[in-house]
Amino acid sequence: MVSPSAPIAMLRGLQTCDTCGLLSRPAPGASEGRCPRCDEVLEFRKPDSIQRTWAFLIAAAVCYIPANLLPVLTTATAAGAESDTIMQGVVLLWSPTGWPLSLIVLVASIMIPSAKILALAYLLISVRRGSVENNRQRIRMYRIIEFIGRWSMVDVFVDTFTAALIQLQPLMSVEPGPGLFFFAAVVVLTMLAVESFDPRLIWDATNLSEVAHG
Amino acid sequence: MYERVYNQPIADAALVGCPHCDLLQRLPDLAPGASARCPRCDEELWRRREDSLNRTLALTIAAAVLFAVANSVPMLGLTIVGREASTTVIGGADHLWQGGQRIVGALVLLTAVVAPALQIGSMLAIAIGAHRSRPRKWVGRLLRFHPATRLWSMIEVMMLGVLVALVKIADYATVIPGMALYVLGVLVFLLAAMQANFDPKEVWERIEWAADGSPREFAGGDERAAGQIAEPGW
Repeated sequence: MVSPSAPIAMLRGLQTCDTCGLLSRPAPGASEGRCPRCDEVLEFRKPDSIQRTWAFLIAAAVCYIPANLLPVLTTATAAGAESDTIMQGVVLLWSPTGWPLSLIVLVASIMIPSAKILALAYLLISVRRGSVENNRQRIRMYRIIEFIGRWSMVDVFVDTFTAALIQLQPLMSVEPGPGLFFFAAVVVLTMLAVESFDPRLIWDATNLSEVAHG
Repeated sequence: MYERVYNQPIADAALVGCPHCDLLQRLPDLAPGASARCPRCDEELWRRREDSLNRTLALTIAAAVLFAVANSVPMLGLTIVGREASTTVIGGADHLWQGGQRIVGALVLLTAVVAPALQIGSMLAIAIGAHRSRPRKWVGRLLRFHPATRLWSMIEVMMLGVLVALVKIADYATVIPGMALYVLGVLVFLLAAMQANFDPKEVWERIEWAADGSPREFAGGDERAAGQIAEPGW
């Protein structure tokens, strides 16, 4: 029997609804219940959170390679065709007046996706190891990657509207390249990975040690 | 027929579990504008809004009008050596689809058009439906669905992307910002204000429950949850 003094919902057999926030207790003998207020299926923790997050994360890391190696835009002019990867696009934008935009694309397209993959991998490993340290820093890290993840989509929109607008055959035309699909896949997969991760797992090792030490 | 098993609500309605760290605590009664945070992990548990429903409804109606305008007029145009071209938001997604990049085209359509439309539409229905003193179950179903539309609605990200594209293209051609560009710029702030003024907790507290019977019939439900909960000092 767990210590009754630990004020943790799961340890008291209580489930918080992710959707409407209602706190409730599973009916006696029932393994899976629904929220009586909003009808959501309730669990103590998101089901298979660690495995699902790893799956999305590994898929994202795999797509990250072609996303950076394949061209995202192909520009055809009278002089010939030229293909640019994301990094080449950043370099092309770099100029005495254009450098702030170049920086935006560099941060949103290169730094955010790689930081997100590394940060989530760190959170997953620390949870698996039962870490009870840096809980506040780790939950803050989770909130930051949850908040900034969507901004990686910037480059997809830049390339979409550049290609849609520059259709001046035979003078100049721009078409999206195969790298764009993989880049979009990285953004979507990392967002799904963040959604699959249950932040309460960060605190569970601490929650249990509270029980052990009264 | 498949029977749904519902959990039992607990007696103390102010008792909540933190969604980010599972700490049990009692939500205080807040003055409008004040917020309650988890003492352990600092997650914002509730922020009470002043006149939430009326403000949300007004902002949502304004957002719906601007959204309709933004999607029916050109967003960006250019002229180069006497030739002109222009595109709308949907035109951008359509160009990708036509060019064989169907999945990316569908993603652009989802994040720039479909999800924002569902976000605004569901919020409009919620704000209207929640004006009853006891909102119907369908309001709850929309309220369940609404966060997903918010996650995939990326108008603000698209705006940044369009601005970068605009400056990039300005190197080759004369760029003509379209009407939709200005409308979308205002819409970004309206959508943020719409979400900031909405208080889902206030609606959930009044809503008709999914399980048969009103919450009052559950009164006195579970006393075991009471007892010592979080104290300051975490």
